[in-house]
Amino acid sequence: MNTTQQTTALKGGEWIIKESNASDTFIPEDFNEEQRMVLDMCHQFLQNEILPIVDRIDQLEPGLMPSLLEKAGEQGLLSTSFPEDLGGLGKDFITSTIVNEGLGGGHSFSVAVAAHTGIGTLPILYFGTTQQQQKYIPKLASGQWKGAYGLTEPNSGSDALSAKTTAILSDDGKYYLLNGQKCWITNGGFADVYTVFAKIDGDKFTAFILERGMEGFTQGPEEHKMGIKGSSTVQLYFQDCKVPVENILGEVGKGHIIAFNILNIGRLKLCAAALGGSKGATTISVQYANTREQFKLPIAKFGAIKHKLAEMAIRIWVGESALYRAAKWIDDKEHEMIEDGKPFNEALLGAAEEFAIECAMLKVFGSEVLDYVVDEGVQIHGGNGYSDEYLISKAYRDSRINRIYEGTNEINRLLTVDMVLKRAMKGKLDLMTPAMNVQKELMSIPDFGSDDEGAFAKEIKYIKNFKKAILMTAGAAVQKLMMSLDKEQEVLMNIADMAIETYHTESALLRVMKLVEKQGEDATALEIDIMRTYLYDAADKINKVGKDALNSFAEGDELRMMHIGLKRFTKVEPFNTKEARRRICNKMLTENNYCF
Amino acid sequence: MKILVCISKAPDTTAKISFKDSNTKFEEAGVQWIINPYDEWYALVKAIELKEQDTNTTIHLITVGESDCEPIIRKALALGGDEAIRINVDSNDSYYIAAQISEVAKNGNYDLVLTGKETIDYNSSSIGGMLAELLDMPYISLATRVEVEGNTAKVSREIDGGEETAEVKLPLVVSCQKGVAEQRIPNMRGIMAARTKPLKVSEPITVTALTSIVNFDLPPAKANVKLVAADNVAELARLLHEEAKVF
Repeated sequence: MNTTQQTTALKGGEWIIKESNASDTFIPEDFNEEQRMVLDMCHQFLQNEILPIVDRIDQLEPGLMPSLLEKAGEQGLLSTSFPEDLGGLGKDFITSTIVNEGLGGGHSFSVAVAAHTGIGTLPILYFGTTQQQQKYIPKLASGQWKGAYGLTEPNSGSDALSAKTTAILSDDGKYYLLNGQKCWITNGGFADVYTVFAKIDGDKFTAFILERGMEGFTQGPEEHKMGIKGSSTVQLYFQDCKVPVENILGEVGKGHIIAFNILNIGRLKLCAAALGGSKGATTISVQYANTREQFKLPIAKFGAIKHKLAEMAIRIWVGESALYRAAKWIDDKEHEMIEDGKPFNEALLGAAEEFAIECAMLKVFGSEVLDYVVDEGVQIHGGNGYSDEYLISKAYRDSRINRIYEGTNEINRLLTVDMVLKRAMKGKLDLMTPAMNVQKELMSIPDFGSDDEGAFAKEIKYIKNFKKAILMTAGAAVQKLMMSLDKEQEVLMNIADMAIETYHTESALLRVMKLVEKQGEDATALEIDIMRTYLYDAADKINKVGKDALNSFAEGDELRMMHIGLKRFTKVEPFNTKEARRRICNKMLTENNYCF
Repeated sequence: MKILVCISKAPDTTAKISFKDSNTKFEEAGVQWIINPYDEWYALVKAIELKEQDTNTTIHLITVGESDCEPIIRKALALGGDEAIRINVDSNDSYYIAAQISEVAKNGNYDLVLTGKETIDYNSSSIGGMLAELLDMPYISLATRVEVEGNTAKVSREIDGGEETAEVKLPLVVSCQKGVAEQRIPNMRGIMAARTKPLKVSEPITVTALTSIVNFDLPPAKANVKLVAADNVAELARLLHEEAKVF
């Protein structure tokens, strides 16, 4: 935030130890005219083609979802960032993220599109040979073929590498014979092309490209799910399924690289779709609150409802700030790698891997924002929200899966801390020096904050302090628990939450600062309210999970000292969040939609 | 064939309508602008359909307005216009706008000039007719179907109890409404191409508007609804007669 400090782009995870510059931070208000048009087009597509028929989609009407994917293909929505020579549009990563956000409010349709364009297509795009790319990508890009991905098995979910499906080379060396089964396969009921993982000779985890109709490849019936009922989900069965050797994707025994790398981008895109869905659900809740009358008043007039609507907007806005900040980091890194002579696939994968920590945090935050929004959305709708007649009820059911797939939120929280610590061990991220400094600071006289000058000086200091809270807690956890830290998942979850809250609050602050630079404080008044309200609450959350972590491994004077430190690092001035939330909500009530 | 499509910005249908300067001006602050739906869904999409039938067709778009009109012009280009002209002046009354457009159109050799039947803000439905007069071209208003073959257009419109179809030699001005075409959404390639399509800005000519707005008023707020029991027809009749005064 100090305009002179940062001269080079941040690396993944570095925001924990370095300050960011507001003017270098990408914010949604920086979208160019083309990107705005793309977002509008996605909304219009949902409005015209999807929302009028959501019930038919949910009934899994045969042929309907494939035809909608084809329509999306004609619109150019399935190939935004694929290279032009493979039938794509060659757009940047931000634009493809915008497409995910724009289509995020499409219920089951969004899931089908995300699965098709993400896990259904990207493995071949990123790891395929030239022949494989040329054979499959143009048809997947146009929507003529639909893609799916088979990793999970009945007994291997989060522990993906424990998969039991096997592949054995045929006697003539022309085929692999696959045996086993995969479950929860999105788009499985109608896809033409599947990336499936199996262990060659029982131990070499490898990816294969399967096509519908291959001998020995069958599918089970549609699963009956809690939500996203219109998204086709089936099991896949392989019984001596003959897969030509040229359909091996990537290298033998290197399937895990494909399985895990694809997920980074998927996690960020899931966040984008979740926020898009959250905006839609907020809008219908605002509209309901404006029209539903009780006690002779629209329920929007009541503070309890205003609180909910404002909180929905706050979380969405903060999430969006964090999302596009990271998306731009990935976009920049991708361009840098391309300039260094890397092919496009290595560049995007490398860029996403660099920011894998941020992708994991975004996935957790975005999916939990959506769950919050739809839950309170149902509450605002009262009894009607519990009825299938109202769209919010569908949104509620459709939301729940987001905390489960693309790595459960628990796995993503663990990964967040694990990746930070691994980078520190490898010397990529110097956590040690700042952590030692925080320890020294604990012993010294507290800073009474006399240097609070300049716009947002207080907030800048709060964020610095939140980072100190992370460094203190994580540093102490590493020292105390050493090698057993990975067994203390509760502590890792606490640290992950501290990191997630801090990264998101900082992103919101940077966005506000850039907006104020652009348009002045008056025009940014409500965004400042959003940021301050979120920051005020984040301080308490960080304090709470920090204490929980410390209490579980420290004791005596040391624990007391760290408690005092934590209190100091999470201390923020009183702020009237009630009035701020009312102002935020009133704006939405006037506009009659989510308008930030 | 060369087609000119007149495009106007219009406030989004969900925009809050308010006025300023003692109710003499529309308050534009915070208003989301869209392409006037009659211009977009019917006039422009019809032009695109004609181009799809005859690829030698060129579509020009024209709008009278300041630079805040550019996003809607780009969107129209994304849908399928070939190039656009923006006359750089705030719009005024219908005559003023028609005179500005005709100044450009008279030298453009257009075979067909399409407008929406009206804009959804001022609803004056008069640009098409004025343009035809200024360009000395025939005019058919409120078209529900437009077909072109060679240099003849067949244009239908609804009349009392039916439909009339006229056959007219080009050049021609037509104002379009529902039925002429179906709404389309720009696709990604269109959006990408829009950035590189020419958008010319030309300066206005001096024209004196023929009308000016004295003041705006919002429609009166809806009065409370009176519910009359279904079997109480006498009371309903009394209220309609004495209070609503409908008979």
